[in-house]
Amino acid sequence: MTPAEWPPILVVLIAGALPTAVWRWLGVALADHVSEDSEILVWVRCVATALVAAVIAKLIVFPDGALADVPMIVRFLAIAVGYGAFFLAKQNVLAGVLTAQGILIAGILLTPLFNGG
Amino acid sequence: MFYSFKKPPRSDTPRAWFLHGVKGVFSIPAIILISSFIGFGALARELGWGLAETTLITATIWALPSQVVFIGSLAGGATLAATIIAVALSAVRLLPMTVALVPMMRDEKTPKTVLYLTSHFVAVTAWVVAMRFLPEMPRHARVPFFAGFGATLCLTNIAATAISHSLTGAMPPMLAAALFFLVPIYFLTSLTAAARFRGEVYALVLGLVLGPAFTFIIPQFDILVAGAIGGTLAYLAHRLTKRGAKPL
Repeated sequence: MTPAEWPPILVVLIAGALPTAVWRWLGVALADHVSEDSEILVWVRCVATALVAAVIAKLIVFPDGALADVPMIVRFLAIAVGYGAFFLAKQNVLAGVLTAQGILIAGILLTPLFNGG
Repeated sequence: MFYSFKKPPRSDTPRAWFLHGVKGVFSIPAIILISSFIGFGALARELGWGLAETTLITATIWALPSQVVFIGSLAGGATLAATIIAVALSAVRLLPMTVALVPMMRDEKTPKTVLYLTSHFVAVTAWVVAMRFLPEMPRHARVPFFAGFGATLCLTNIAATAISHSLTGAMPPMLAAALFFLVPIYFLTSLTAAARFRGEVYALVLGLVLGPAFTFIIPQFDILVAGAIGGTLAYLAHRLTKRGAKPL
């Protein structure tokens, strides 16, 4: 599973923790040169938002683990209807989450593949 | 039933604001994140990771999408170097997130060390909560609140990861799927709720479309390219529609 010559703890620190932490440290260092109402921060916020949105979409379109066995149409319907419910409930996060989960579970139950097929 | 960030603490001391953050672990976003980490513990176990390593992954990486990339990459047989690059790319978003957060959070007296230490807690949930509620808090309250919320959230999820790894060897696939699905729907709705100006809404839509699109074009750099291109286009659209556009 992990490159054999490395102890797993070291692999976590070198290949997991370090490549994550450097961005946070760099962010603190760079933030010194940026004021709260600067124009560049508007662009930075746009890029950060687009990056997170890209991660979200990839979790739905190319999921890992048990979610990968759920048909794509069920995943799309769940996220779309959940997102719609979030807006209908005046941007209530919980309403969106519960609706999406309801659709997902209903979809799984209706998929013969998941019903022991 | 759930803790609300909207109600400020009774006293205006750093300690009270820190505790306001600590109690945030009972808020809806925190509870959804904890559920997602229960899913992560199960996934890591499924991919063959031991209890100690899985717990260490949550404690030290502390960014769910990057954690999934990390365990998935090595389980898929990738080399150490390829895994470092994949994790680094998946975590690039933490850079603009931190750059956006720090100026909003610090005051003139905040020591640099405190900012570097609290930056470990920058991840989607704490960031979204901070971007949404920090502007409503007095400036001296922001660092204690973020530190309290971030540290408690991190510790609770380390525990959630360890417990789910230990207990959920035989988690039903439907439950696992539901837990994994919490992450995208929760991130999507809370990111939308945290958007403060039109450009962020454009960025959200563009990122959603470009992310999977670029997977087909340049799979190794899809997130990064989608973020850079989508974010820049969103910014330009924001600039172009700024005049006469209503603020959100």
